[in-house]
Parts: sequence; C-alpha cells; structure tokens
Amino acid sequence: MSATFRLPTGGLIDRDTALRFTFNGRSMTGHPGDTLASALLANGVHAIGTSVRYGRPRGIVAAGSEDPTSLVQIERPFPEPMLTATTVELHDGLVAYGLPGQGRLADEPDPARYDAKHVHCDVLVVGAGPAGLVAALTAARGGGRVVVVDEQDRAGGALLGTREYLGERLSQEWVADIVAELRGTPGVLVLDRTTAFGVYQDGFVLALQRRTDHLGFDAPADAARQRVWRIRARQTVLATGAHERPVVFADNDRPGIMLAGSARTFLHRYGVLPGTRAVVFTTNDSAYRAAIDLARAGLDVATVVDARPAAPSVLAARCSARGIEVRAGHVVTGTEGDARVTGVRIAPLPGADGTPETVDCDTLLVSGGWNPVVHLFSQARGMLRYDSGLGAFVPGEELPTVRVAGSATGALDLTSCLRQGRAAGLAAALAAGFAPVDEDELPVSGERTDEQPGTVMWRVPGEPRKGAPDTRFVDFQRDATVSDVLRATDAGLRSLEHVKRYTTIGTAHDQGKTSGMITAGLVAEELGVELSEQRPTTFRPPYTPVSFAALAGRDRGELHDPVRVTAQHPWHVARGALFEDVGQWKRPWYFPLPGEDMDTAVLRECRAAREGVALMDASTLGKIDLQGRDVGSFLDMLYTNKMSSLKVGRIRYGVMCGVDGMVIDDGTVIRLAEDRFLVTTTTGNAATVLDWMEEWLQTEWPHLDVYATSVTEHWATFPLVGPRARDVLAGIAPDLDVSNGAFGFMEWRDTVLDVGAGVPARVCRISFSGELAYEINVTAWHGLAVWEALMAAGERYGITPYGTETMHVLRAEKGYPIVGQETDATVTPQDLGMSWAVSKKKADFIGKRSFARAENTRPDRKQLVGLLPVDPQVRLPEGAQVVGTDRLPDPPVPMLGHVTSSYRSAALERTFALAVVRSGRERLGETLYVPVGDDLVPVTVTESVLYDKEGARRDG
Amino acid sequence: MTDPVPPVQPPGAHLPDHPDFLWDDLGPRAFYDVVIVGGGGHGLATAYYLAKVHGITNVAVLEKGWLAGGNMARNTTIIRSNYLWDESSGIYEHSLKLWEGLEEDLGYPILFDQRGVLNLAHSLQDVRDSVRRVNANRLNGIDAEWLDPRGVKEVCPIVNISEDVRYPVLGATYQPRAGIAKHDYVAWGYARAAHEMGVDLIQNCEVTGIETVGGRVTAVETTRGRIAAGRVGLCAAGHSSILAAMAGIRLPLASHPLQALVSELLEPVHPTVVMSNAVHVYVSQAHKGELVMGAGIDSYNGYGQRGSFHIIERQMSAALELFPIFARAHLLRTWAGIVDVSPDASPIVGLTPVEGLYLNCGWGTGGFKATPGVGDCFAFTIAHDKPHALNEPFTLERFTTGALVDEHGAAAVAH
Amino acid sequence: MQLIPCPWCGPREETEFHYGGQAHVAYPEDPAALTDEEWARYVFFRDNPSGPFAERWSHSAGCRRWFNAVRDTRTYDLLAVYRIGEPMPDLSERDEVVS
Repeated sequence: MSATFRLPTGGLIDRDTALRFTFNGRSMTGHPGDTLASALLANGVHAIGTSVRYGRPRGIVAAGSEDPTSLVQIERPFPEPMLTATTVELHDGLVAYGLPGQGRLADEPDPARYDAKHVHCDVLVVGAGPAGLVAALTAARGGGRVVVVDEQDRAGGALLGTREYLGERLSQEWVADIVAELRGTPGVLVLDRTTAFGVYQDGFVLALQRRTDHLGFDAPADAARQRVWRIRARQTVLATGAHERPVVFADNDRPGIMLAGSARTFLHRYGVLPGTRAVVFTTNDSAYRAAIDLARAGLDVATVVDARPAAPSVLAARCSARGIEVRAGHVVTGTEGDARVTGVRIAPLPGADGTPETVDCDTLLVSGGWNPVVHLFSQARGMLRYDSGLGAFVPGEELPTVRVAGSATGALDLTSCLRQGRAAGLAAALAAGFAPVDEDELPVSGERTDEQPGTVMWRVPGEPRKGAPDTRFVDFQRDATVSDVLRATDAGLRSLEHVKRYTTIGTAHDQGKTSGMITAGLVAEELGVELSEQRPTTFRPPYTPVSFAALAGRDRGELHDPVRVTAQHPWHVARGALFEDVGQWKRPWYFPLPGEDMDTAVLRECRAAREGVALMDASTLGKIDLQGRDVGSFLDMLYTNKMSSLKVGRIRYGVMCGVDGMVIDDGTVIRLAEDRFLVTTTTGNAATVLDWMEEWLQTEWPHLDVYATSVTEHWATFPLVGPRARDVLAGIAPDLDVSNGAFGFMEWRDTVLDVGAGVPARVCRISFSGELAYEINVTAWHGLAVWEALMAAGERYGITPYGTETMHVLRAEKGYPIVGQETDATVTPQDLGMSWAVSKKKADFIGKRSFARAENTRPDRKQLVGLLPVDPQVRLPEGAQVVGTDRLPDPPVPMLGHVTSSYRSAALERTFALAVVRSGRERLGETLYVPVGDDLVPVTVTESVLYDKEGARRDG
Repeated sequence: MTDPVPPVQPPGAHLPDHPDFLWDDLGPRAFYDVVIVGGGGHGLATAYYLAKVHGITNVAVLEKGWLAGGNMARNTTIIRSNYLWDESSGIYEHSLKLWEGLEEDLGYPILFDQRGVLNLAHSLQDVRDSVRRVNANRLNGIDAEWLDPRGVKEVCPIVNISEDVRYPVLGATYQPRAGIAKHDYVAWGYARAAHEMGVDLIQNCEVTGIETVGGRVTAVETTRGRIAAGRVGLCAAGHSSILAAMAGIRLPLASHPLQALVSELLEPVHPTVVMSNAVHVYVSQAHKGELVMGAGIDSYNGYGQRGSFHIIERQMSAALELFPIFARAHLLRTWAGIVDVSPDASPIVGLTPVEGLYLNCGWGTGGFKATPGVGDCFAFTIAHDKPHALNEPFTLERFTTGALVDEHGAAAVAH
Repeated sequence: MQLIPCPWCGPREETEFHYGGQAHVAYPEDPAALTDEEWARYVFFRDNPSGPFAERWSHSAGCRRWFNAVRDTRTYDLLAVYRIGEPMPDLSERDEVVS
C-alpha cells in the first residue's frame, strides 16, 4: 500500500529520499524528517500494539515524547526496548514492532559507545520553542555564554506543529533566523536532539543528547551514540512548553483517537493526515485551529463537539465556512470500532439542545486543554499552584536561578510566550551579570488569542452500562480506568499518592504525562475537595527515559575503576603470574610454572623462601612520609605502641585502632631522622590511613607540626626472603655490610646497589615470614631494573618469585595476622595476641579508652589461635565455623568462631589454619570441630605461631 | 489495512487488584492504650501484631503524611535472612518465616516471591567473608549456599562471569528462600488487617511533642491535637532522632538519603535478586517486569528525600559491569528515602529510659525485610514492657558496653 | 551534583569532597577520666538534625583540606563554610529564611 495519508506538499521532510522500514512485519517507506509515528500514520497505520491488561489495540495519541500509547520495540539496527514511535526518528532499515507492554533486551552486548561532557554557561535555555528562542537570543546578545537544548531534531517547538505567521513572516523562517544568529554567536551552544531530563542543585542540569540514532545503520561506530551533558548554569530558563490533555470518555483508547494539537503537528511537520473523516471533541479554542488547518489540508472534519455551552463565534464561523458543523454543549460519550475507531457517539450535555447521535469517522481529535510542562521546575524545587482556569498545575513561585517562560507558565498564545521569553532571557542575563543590549520589537502572532476561555472537564459525565467493563481509560499504558480511580477512593484512599499506587496510574513509561492531572482532577471531584488543596504527586527525574548505558557512559570495563599496577607488572605478566585484585591494585597472586596448579606452585614458592631465597613485589604497600617536629608524638596517638622512642635507623611494627578500639591497620614505622618517619600501610588501606592522619592533624591537632605525604608509588619495594637472602643482597649491594652484627633485625640502611650506574636503595631488615629477609626499596623508576638484577643475582641460589598467596602462608605459619582477613572491625589487638604491641605507658592513644569497656574486658572474647586438623591432610575451608561438640545439635548451633586463614604448609608438612575462637587462648590443646559439608572435622587448638616459635631463623 | 497485532498479554504485567475496601480515614480519639508513631511498614505491622497476638486493639498509628509513604513506598523490597551474626540472623530469619505465611495471615496478595538472592564476591577476601557467612547461616538453620561462578550463572544466566571485567565475579552466596514482595501490598495488607481489628490509622498527623510525667510517657502532641497514650512506640525510621529528642533521648543515628530507580517493563530476564557490595549495586526484576535497582547511601546526612545523581551514574556503570544486557534498558524514575543508619549497621529495638516509650529504629537500608519480624517482636516488647528475646541484643546500651552487632565489618552486606 | 564552596579553593563539585559528619566534636581531653557512657557519647553519638547542621567536609580530591560547613539537611543548601579553628558563623537570621 502506498503512503495514502501523505499530502503531496508540506511538512519538514525530505520527499526526495525514501526510507524503507519494517513495522509489525510489514515493509513501508517514509522520509527523512519523519518519526516512526508519522511514517506509520502516512501509511495509514494507527494500531501500534496492544494494551498490557486487556489486550486492547492502541494507537498514537500524541506527536511527541508525552505520547502514552505508541510503545514500540526496536529490533534493528540493535534491539532497544520500549520507545514511543513518536520519538524514534526514521532511518533506512529500521525494524520495529508494537509492544504489548514489556520491552525486550538484546541478548548480545551493545556495541555502541556512550560518553558524557561538561559545559558551563551563564544561561541555559531548555526548549527551543518560541519562548526559549527569544530568551536565548536575548541572553546571547547580552554577551553571556548560552546553552540551548531541545529534544526535537530541530528548533521551533510548538511552531513546528502550526503554520503561524509572526508579523509578515512564516514562523518557521523566523525560527531559522534566530537559530542562525545563535549558532553564529561565539559562546552559544545549540544542542538539538537533547532532552534536559533532570534539574539539580546549584544550576546543575543533566541532558541526554541522541547523537547517532537517527543515522541508523550509518551511525559511525567510533562516535558516541548518546551523550549525557552535565550542564552547570548560573541561570536556567525553562521554556518547556505544554502537553495537550485528553478528556476521558468511554472507549477513548481506540486507534484513530488522537490529541487535536498532535494531529495538527503531524499535518504541518510531516505532511500527514491522521485519517479521512474526523470528529473533533474539545473543551477549548485550540482544537478549532487544528480542525480548520486539517480541513484545509483535505481532512473531512464532520463536526466539532464543544463541551462549552457556547462555541467561540469567530472560530465557529470559520468552521462553518468550511462546512464543519459545530455542536456546543455536546460531548463525546463513546466510540465504536475495533482496531480503529469507526464512529463517535455524541450527546448533548444536560441543558443543551440536541439529540444523541453516532457520527461515522475514522479519526477522533480530542482536546481537554493544556498542561504546562512543569516537571523540571518541580525538580528544581519550585512550588506548583493549581490554576483552575487551565485545569492544571503551573509554576507557583519565582526561583532565584530558574525562570519559566512560554506555555510552561500556562500562557496560551504566542504573543505572550514571546514576551515571556524576552523577559526571562533578560532577567536571566542580568542575574548572570550581563546587560543585554536594546532589543528589536518582538513580532506579533497572526493567530488570535483565545476568544473564549476553556472549560475544565476531566471526564465526560455518565457511567458505563451495569456489568459492562469500564472502558474510560485514564492511564492507557496501565489500562487504568475511571472506575479504578473511584474504586480507590471508595476503598478509603484520600491521598493522590495512594490512588496512584492503587491504580498504578502514572507509573508507566510516560510517567503520567497525560494521565496525572486527570487523575488528580477525578480524585478531587470524587472527594469534593479543591485541587488547590491537593498536593500534586512528585515529579521525579528523569523527564523522559534515559538508557542505562548513557548514564554509565565511559565508566565501564577498565575505566570502571582505575587499575593500578607496579613498575614490575610487565615482568610478572611475562612470567605467567596470576593476579589478585587488592583494592585497585593487581598484585601477583602466584607464579605457576608450566603444568603447576596453585597448590603446587605455592608449596614450591614457600619452600624456596624457607630453604633458599625468594623475591616478592610488595610495591603496592602503602607508604606515607611524615615530616615535622611532632611526628613522633603524633604517631604515639595513632599507633597503639610507642613510636616517639624509636631511634633513627630503626624500625618498629605498629598497630592502629579506630576510636572504638578495633584494629584498622598495621605496618612498619621507620625513623629516617629526628623529624622524619616513613610508615607503611596495608595495600588496601593506604588512602584510608593517609586520610585518617590528615583528619586528626587538621581537625583535632592542627597545632602539631606534621606533614604527611603519600609516597606509595614513589617506591618499588621487594622483600628478599630466605636463608640465602643475605648472599643475594651482598652480591648486589657491595657497599653494604650485611652481617648480622652490622645490620641487625629491625634496622634500615641506605646504600647504592650495583645495578646500572648504581641505584640508591634503602634496605630494611624486616620479616613477614620469620626468615632472614631484607626489604629493598628503590625509586619506582629503577624498580624493574633492580628486580631483574635481584633475580639475576639470586639465580645461582634458585631465587624464586612469589606472590601474595605464598606471603600469606609464610606469615600464617608465624601467626602474623592480616588486617581484613584475621580482623573484621570487631577484633582488638589483644584479641590478636598483640598486647605486646599495646603500650601500657602511654597516657592515651586512639582506641585506648575503648579497651576498658565491658565488652572488651570479657574473658570469652574471640582470640586468634592456630588450628591443626587432626588429619594433617585435611585443609579446612577459610570461612568455616568452629563448634565445640562432635555432634551438631539442631540449629541454631552455638558457634565459637571461624577459620580466618587455612593453608597447606611445606614447612610443617601438613595443613594448618588460623582462627578466631571464643576464649581461644584458654583452649590450647582442646579438640574442637569444624563443620565442612556434612562432616565435622576435628581440630586441635594451638597457639597461633606454628613455625620457628623461638625465632631462630630471622637472622639467617 | 493494518496487520493485526496479536493481543499477547505479558505474564505478570498486571498485578492482582487491591481489595474494594482498605481502611477508614479517621481523626484521632483522645486516648489510646498504645500510640505507634510512624505509619510505615514497621508501625503498621506492630499495630497488627499488638491487636492480633496481644489483643491490644485500642491502638492508633500516627502518620505525618500518607500511610506507608516513607521508606515503605521507596524501597527495593529485598527480603533475605542471610546475615552474619547470630543476633541478626535470629530476627531476620524470624521475619522470613513470617513472610512465608504472611499472604495467608493477612489475606492479602503480598506477592512474596522466593526467587532467591545472590550476594556476589569479587575479591578473595569477599570469598572468605562470603563462605564464612554461608557457614554461619547454615549452622543457624538458614538456607545458604556458596556458588562458584558457574553456579552463579546457572541461577542467573545474565550475570557476566567472564574474567575480563574490572572486578570479575568469583562466586556468590545464595539464599534460595530469599526474594521480593510488593511493598504497597504488604503495607496495605497490614493496615487493612489492623484496621479491621480496631486499630485507628490516622494520617496527616505529625507528632510535635512527647509528653512525659515523672519519667513516664503520657501523651503525644500532634498537628491534630494532643493524644493521650498509655504506651508509645516509635517506628519513624529516618525521623527517629527527631522524635526521640522530643523525649530527651539521644540516638546514635545518622539519617542519610538512599536512592533507588526503576526501568520500564521488560520481558523476564532476571530470575533472582543480585547484590554486589564491592561494586555497589543490587538489582531485581519486579513482578511487572521492571528492573528495580539500588546502590549505596549518599555520604551526607539528609532529610530531603533526594540524593546526588552521580550515585545513580556510578550505580549504572556497576550494573552494566555485571549485566551488560541492561545497556539499553531505560531509567524511568529515580527517588530517595531517608534511612537511619546506626554505627554497627544493626537496629536499635527495645525499651528506653522513659517508661512506656519504646524504640524501633536504626534499620538503615534493611528495614523492609524485617517488617513482619520486628512488627511481631516490637509488639511483644510494647505489650510486655520487656524486650522479645530476638530483639534483646539490639539495645541502645550496646553502644556503651561495646557489645555491637557489627554487620558491615564482617560481611559488608548492609542491605 | 551540588557545588560545595571550599573555603580554600572556591566552589567545586561535591564529588571532590568527603563527608566527615558533625563538626565541633572535640576529642576528649582525658578519655581515661570518662565513664563508659561518656566515652560512648563521644565515639558513637552525633547530632542528626533536620535543618542547619554544622559538619565537617574535606576537599579530598582538591586541596585535601578539612573545613567546616553549616548545611541545611532538608534542602542541602550550604549556609556557610568556614575554616577549621574559626567559630561557627552566626546564622540566626539566615536560619529564619530557610526554616
């Protein structure tokens, strides 16, 4: 079938280009400039899909994003659920179908890109209709940075749907001139296809720009499909227009029933007639103009049904001149038809002359007045006021940085809209610090203002036949009717929010843009309350739906969170390391040789550390350089043990607690000079600890002379571990006396390594494994070279790189806890058996007071112990719970604690675990049980140190 | 001619109708045996159990706005009991058991759907914490499983378990009995049933003062006049601090905005509930087909029922990491509630220094799932003037003694 | 996305800031002298008003300095910012405007 409803001329479409598309399986054509909706109407297609609850056919009601019915699924170019056909720009090859209520997600990944852009401006204008354009031009001529956003593919707003004259000129020419001037003005940005969807504080407005959707298959793959504009505006002018409001009557949902103004838009913007023969039903003057325009274009308008007692005389006369009958005091009481309206029942209102009659037609155009689009104003926390003349909520106050102009204020005629635009643009520019220049005269619309005020009618009086289903639809998408609203009030509900929830009105895709006001009206009518006393339901962002992907933007995959790697990372990758995520860092987990599983690799790495020599990349450890007179006393407050007494050249292990006395971090503290310390933190807590220090320094003890600087990434840090560590170090540090006497445990030395031209290094004799160990620190710049040199120097000793897993095993054999693994914000240093690290002498330190609370002094706190499975081959799962009985009672089973770490030990030649267990230290030697699956594994409680209890290995 | 469109009705896209009658919109009477302040889920449930279990029916529920219009209307309706500590799992499991019979109990279609919940683990420590919680749950008689990534995929095929995401899924805890319900239906079910037993539901009635005589509560002052009360129970979530202050009680709470969002209706793709604390998102597909999603709380104190949009953007990027299939779903609506967060992410339920005044607050982001359980226990507490065994650990005194029930440290699953 | 006026850097987007809770809660002079209850007040109890609230912020992704602000927790409007050590500005007139 050819495009029978496309007029031979008119419309803002490119008739020279035909676009093929498929809808509900049928191939059709349209033109550039069409929406899917206009192209369907041009092809005579009104029925889009079926309704969610009753399966009733539904068509196209409005021409814009407020349309409540034309829900479609896009299948090609790429599946996208639930758009309205009125917002889908037509392109070649588009495949779509009408939805019965639920959209479908693609089952393949979305190949498109999305991004975000920030822009700052003096004046943001939302809406490039007549009011918005004048506002923008006024502000731009004053010299301000102006951003104009409009959701359509071109500027013009409501003017796109009319054929009005402004002075002598057709409105569209006037629009084109303003847009040209705006685009030519430096500092002005005009964004079309861009919907402002959220207004937030301090002039922050979010807008979604659809950049490539209209290009269909020709969309460049490297261009972002959609972009979120994060706009920060000193002043915002909302020129967001108005939505036409329907009137509710029986069978008001049939395809072919459309808002009058939207039909006018389809005519003027797309050159499309909605049908062949129409009835117009209105409560106000605006639909007359639609009727006249459409009739002039060839639509057979049978009659205008006006609910007001008297018709506007001039408009009525113009209708009569075209042979259009006007019936005042009448209403539409119902419609006939199935997939398309075929007739309209008309009846006089009480008191009016006339008889009920059915008029054949394929189109019914409805206007119940206009609702200002106050969504964004409301989001900006503007108060709304009910205007009883309009039957709508309008902006009810002035805001200091948000102004409203045009039909969004409730203005109904173009001349007022232009004036308001001028005033808003001027005020915004002045408020933003600009003095706009003298302005030209504003043009005057040729279109008359309303002769006669509209009447407010939410629904046509009358009830459905007894027993018959109510077909007076209020919310088309939710299939909610007048009866549903009345049931809600009958059920005792008084709040609009309750009615909304009871009926689900306003919760669908259109968020109640056309149904919300009517519902409020119906509820007020039913309850006999004034609408001015009803609070409208809240307008929440977004104004129109926004795709998840657009909001996620570029922050996906690698960019979701920065990946941090050490300078030696490429070496680890080349060596086949597997990595563990620790915070943002990728840390080598273990280095399997070909064919090795994790257990084998870790046992080999452990053996190397205990029997030969092994090397780890611990560069991710947090490092904080502290300088100043008072660092010592500051650290005394931060750590549980005393740091001010540490001598230059020495190192001390320290534990840090929160004010609640729970362990938050640990690490080493080395004293570089009287007024300089370097502390290390756990990898994951580096930033937290630095913040912690700054918080205390700045907010509590600003008098302390302390400066804290993160140097985590400045240093590459390599623990060189094992009985042969001294030999390896000696080979690479010729100037350093590595003997135990000259370089003792918990001391540090600066030296120059024999690498390249010589690399300065700081070597610390600390050990997290119990073995002889040196922590070699060099600048990250030299890290890889030094790492390779150490590997080379250690080759003859079989030096073995190891990862976090082996580090965990080695420290666990020594009973050293890992913060975050043995602790969980409920564990004190005493619980960990670290009373030795808690100063008794210091008057105070952070957390100390909490140790004295009742709960902290309980004898049965959970304490860190070792667990040895009775069967030395059984490895307990980490996270397993510990119970006291060899048979499980019915739940709840009393639990004594849980396994925090569990490994197979090369050195112990058996499995072992660490656990926190209630009264653990009193249970040494006891047999406890660990439920694993359906088994209860017997374990012996031991002290937490399992290897080299006397510490004989530390000096090599 | 147009092609006929087959009238396919999507499953579940229409919910059961609410009953023809819910409740009378009443004004307050001069005296009640018990006044419950806060007509949300907890307040309504408390009133219901007071009437049903304890035969106390001279009860008023005072709501400053519209019934169940606070957090009850704003939450993401996740129901589960897989908490780490015995104290928490005790009350939440009690609640879950009540959920399982609630539809029949209330005679209301609350749409409780036990579709299970997955709590994803993204790091080795997440795995350890998760396994620990699973083991604790099982010993506490709570259904819980640890699933490896393949098991996760079996339960929820759309979760991305590939290695090439920023924080790969290393596994998940799974509680099959967990699920979702329909919040309004739950609240209205309680409200209707309580009302039927004689409870007055009084809306647009804001409490402006709490009157005490000799250390005992005697009445509440409201915007609709003074209402004398034998006992007063506070169930005001984010506004608890302000109410308690009227009785001279200071609470260790901070009220924060918590945001949530919903998509359009979609064909069923997501059969369960997925939560990830590491990447800050939780999501389910509600009964009608919409994706319902939440994230972490906004950092600052706030009573504005608004949050910051960057939280939503962050949540979306997290959601798409886990569910690439959601890319072209659309955000339809965002909103925020006010949650009352306690220092240990556990509630405060029990007696107060003021005789006859009882406290139920601090549920943070987890209050919805507790509705039946705490309603039952709080009603007991009020009726007997002593804590129910299940809320006994959740005293205000624990912040002095240090006997916290720290639910964010160990499992980091506060929601 | 609010703008927060850092007293050192000027207005910046809120994502640059870290929230620090109630301001003017001093670390006790001598914690050991406090009762458990007094200590608990310091550790766990903070004001939670609906309305103007003096609180601490840190410009963590900027100058990294802590400062104090009075913010209305209903509207989130920042009524005043001031540097650590400075007294809280008198907002009695301003308060009337917002409440």
